[in-house]
Amino acid sequence: MRLLEVSALAKRFGGLEAVTDLSFTLEEGEILGLIGPNGAGKTTVFNLLSGFYRPDGGDVRFRGRSLVGLKPHAICLLGLARTFQIMRPFPHLSVLENVKVGALARHPHVRDALERAQAVIRRVGLEGKAHAPAGGLTLAERKRLEVARALATEPALLLLDEVMAGLNATETGRFIELVRQVNAEGVTVLLIEHVMKAVMALSRRVIVLNYGARIAEGLPEGVVRDPRVIEAYLGEEYTRAQA
Amino acid sequence: MNLILLAQSLVNGLLFGGVYSLMAVGLSLIFGVMRVINFAHGDMMVWGMYLAFLLNAYLGVDPYLSFVVCAAALFVTGLAVQRGLVNRIMDAPHEMQILLMLGVALVLENVALVIFGPDTRRVATAFGASALWLGPIFLDLPRLLTFALSVTLSVALWLFLFRSDLGRTIRAASDNPTGALIVGSDVNRIYTVAFGVGAALVGAAGALTASFLPFSPTAGLPLTIASFNIVIIGGMGSLLGAFLGGLLVSVAESIGAVVLAPSLKEVVSFSLLVIILLFRPSGILGRRA
Amino acid sequence: MTPGRWLAAAALFVLLVLPAVLGTYGLTVFIFIFFYAFLGQAWNIVGGYAGQLSAGHAAFVGVGAYTAAKLAITYGLTPWIGMFVAGMAAALLGLGVAYLGFRFGLRGFYFVLLTVAVAEICRLITLHIDALGGALGLFITFTGNPWMFQFQDSRAHYYIGLALMLLATGVAAGVERSRMGAYLRAIKEDEEAAEALGVNTLRYKMLAMTVSAFLTGMGGTFYAYLIFSLQPAAVFGIPLSVDILLRPVVGGSGTLMGPILGSFILSPLAEVSRAYLSGGAWAGAHLVVYGVLLIGVVLFLPQGAYPYLRRLLARGDAS
Repeated sequence: MRLLEVSALAKRFGGLEAVTDLSFTLEEGEILGLIGPNGAGKTTVFNLLSGFYRPDGGDVRFRGRSLVGLKPHAICLLGLARTFQIMRPFPHLSVLENVKVGALARHPHVRDALERAQAVIRRVGLEGKAHAPAGGLTLAERKRLEVARALATEPALLLLDEVMAGLNATETGRFIELVRQVNAEGVTVLLIEHVMKAVMALSRRVIVLNYGARIAEGLPEGVVRDPRVIEAYLGEEYTRAQA
Repeated sequence: MNLILLAQSLVNGLLFGGVYSLMAVGLSLIFGVMRVINFAHGDMMVWGMYLAFLLNAYLGVDPYLSFVVCAAALFVTGLAVQRGLVNRIMDAPHEMQILLMLGVALVLENVALVIFGPDTRRVATAFGASALWLGPIFLDLPRLLTFALSVTLSVALWLFLFRSDLGRTIRAASDNPTGALIVGSDVNRIYTVAFGVGAALVGAAGALTASFLPFSPTAGLPLTIASFNIVIIGGMGSLLGAFLGGLLVSVAESIGAVVLAPSLKEVVSFSLLVIILLFRPSGILGRRA
Repeated sequence: MTPGRWLAAAALFVLLVLPAVLGTYGLTVFIFIFFYAFLGQAWNIVGGYAGQLSAGHAAFVGVGAYTAAKLAITYGLTPWIGMFVAGMAAALLGLGVAYLGFRFGLRGFYFVLLTVAVAEICRLITLHIDALGGALGLFITFTGNPWMFQFQDSRAHYYIGLALMLLATGVAAGVERSRMGAYLRAIKEDEEAAEALGVNTLRYKMLAMTVSAFLTGMGGTFYAYLIFSLQPAAVFGIPLSVDILLRPVVGGSGTLMGPILGSFILSPLAEVSRAYLSGGAWAGAHLVVYGVLLIGVVLFLPQGAYPYLRRLLARGDAS
């Protein structure tokens, strides 16, 4: 089942075309990787999908329903949740209170929301820090919190924005496991990543963006060998030198 | 509608606009350079007025001369406030800055109340009785002098900011504080000076209006609000916007006073403020804050 | 019951029996403590919990006061009912301001300015409506009729004030514990992150403002029948707005006890300075102290007195 259909998506900032004529689809249950050099427009795409930016052209359909013009909270309630690249915990609230906010989306009664939040916290492995203020967590813990909050809203589609950045090898491995588990439970995942290990391990398919446009799509192994992709990351001269 | 009356109110508005511009330019400098919201701006102006009053009452100095001293005194005050208080909360959220400066405003206002009492005052000036006639239009000499001096001060500020080294450094720091730090500018000193200059300007504005604008300790907050009105309408971050905004708001209020009712003139500027806030918060000439 | 609850119950008991030993002067002091604690608590809902600083809450006091007074004078409507009409009128204004402000994305400083502008516009307009007494103000004839919310005995005002303070605190507590409270706190921390988690930030900010305005409007009615004269400058003015926000900010904005603690600190201060530094010359002295306190709180105790005290006590227990 097509969960997400993006067609001819476009976004301009003044004279800059941040996203150009982008089209792709997402099947239910899959993990799609979105990669590309810095500034390629990946986070812009996330902002467009989650309602923080309004597209200048094109359409986004989630379960057949257009998301264009909807506010972020409405999109979240439809089942599309996201994390932020620069993490945004609620610093003065505890981990539990943070996740509770997400849980309240589906469980309006505070008691139910708390139960649900506690369950999610256990899933991501943060039970030890449930009552600690979110502002004092380590990097890896903050990332887990970010994911936990989004998960608490019980999304059908989860947008993960560079969650692996800055993690050491062990933490990365654990996070990959977490994403795999979440996906196994039925959550479709769209992830922006620079950490290739994670992209290769998790994604069934990969889309590559450069300068706001899709330059390649396919299985991870094939995409990373695609000369256009190499050129995008390493530059024209390198590619020519290799040839 | 009496055309002469309208023309007169236009002229009066323009003349008083010089002061509004000075107040607004001072505030805009502080906000533009440091992104600090000086809620004590109007109270500093009132202190400029009281200083002019003291100098006149005890030393017989005319406010049109003593405004220099008032500016200097407020400059020092501004330096002290910035160094001692504002500097500590430069990175705090805006709400904290507003509350801090509100505290300063309360202190300034009520120390004045304790020292000078609640009575409304005006300062005598040698020019008080004179006037010029431009055809059927009456030009009050004090207001004319105030306008001329206000514009002069604004021009002086412009020259300082655009033609002097320190001025250039201040503008650089306001555009890009990190960049200024990297090239070795003493950003703290810049902020202190900018705040001092902003305070000096509004202190001068106070002395220059003390002869025809009745003042009391509680006149501060309304003047602060008026200054913000102008800065927002004219454009946050734009000194030219603040200057022109001052003239615009003053003329609008003046005409509003004649067309509607004298005490309703502030409704005009507040309504303008609301409209700008809603539809164009960056103001007429401003850049995004 | 926890020690905190015992303390609260004891304090409540003391407050209930205090009028037996207080003279008229003492009663008046407490009436104003309760009144400002009530207004501060109402403000706290939007200014503290939701973090949307309003420096124009006097607008709601004024609307509430004039509405109830006018209804009583012209239509004989008892302020016992008029209080709720007043609250609704103020709530309507609050809803309007919130919608305008938040729909257009005004935050922080710009929103503060909007609230000030609205209060000032209300004041200026009221100055010009003769039906409301214009610049001279509205005067309520004292009849002492309890059915018309007028009392000979200050103790009535004392108990009503206390009841209002408890009411506002109850409402705030209810909000704090509910989904709305969690959402408001999230909005205060990071509005966009809250949006991404399904929080309709516009709706909840408007709701907070409306509830806050309703309660404040009720307070306006209480004020009208305490002072018996309404002047636009007093009832819509910036000094009142500042007075309203001072208690929660000093006491601890976003906490339940903050406005109450703040009021118990600030109101007696005013009385002390009035008593010891009597005479017109020192009329503004307590406000200087208010200013210094405000500066001190912002610089050293940004979360207010109550959280600081609680931490002190917690450390005391731990040792």
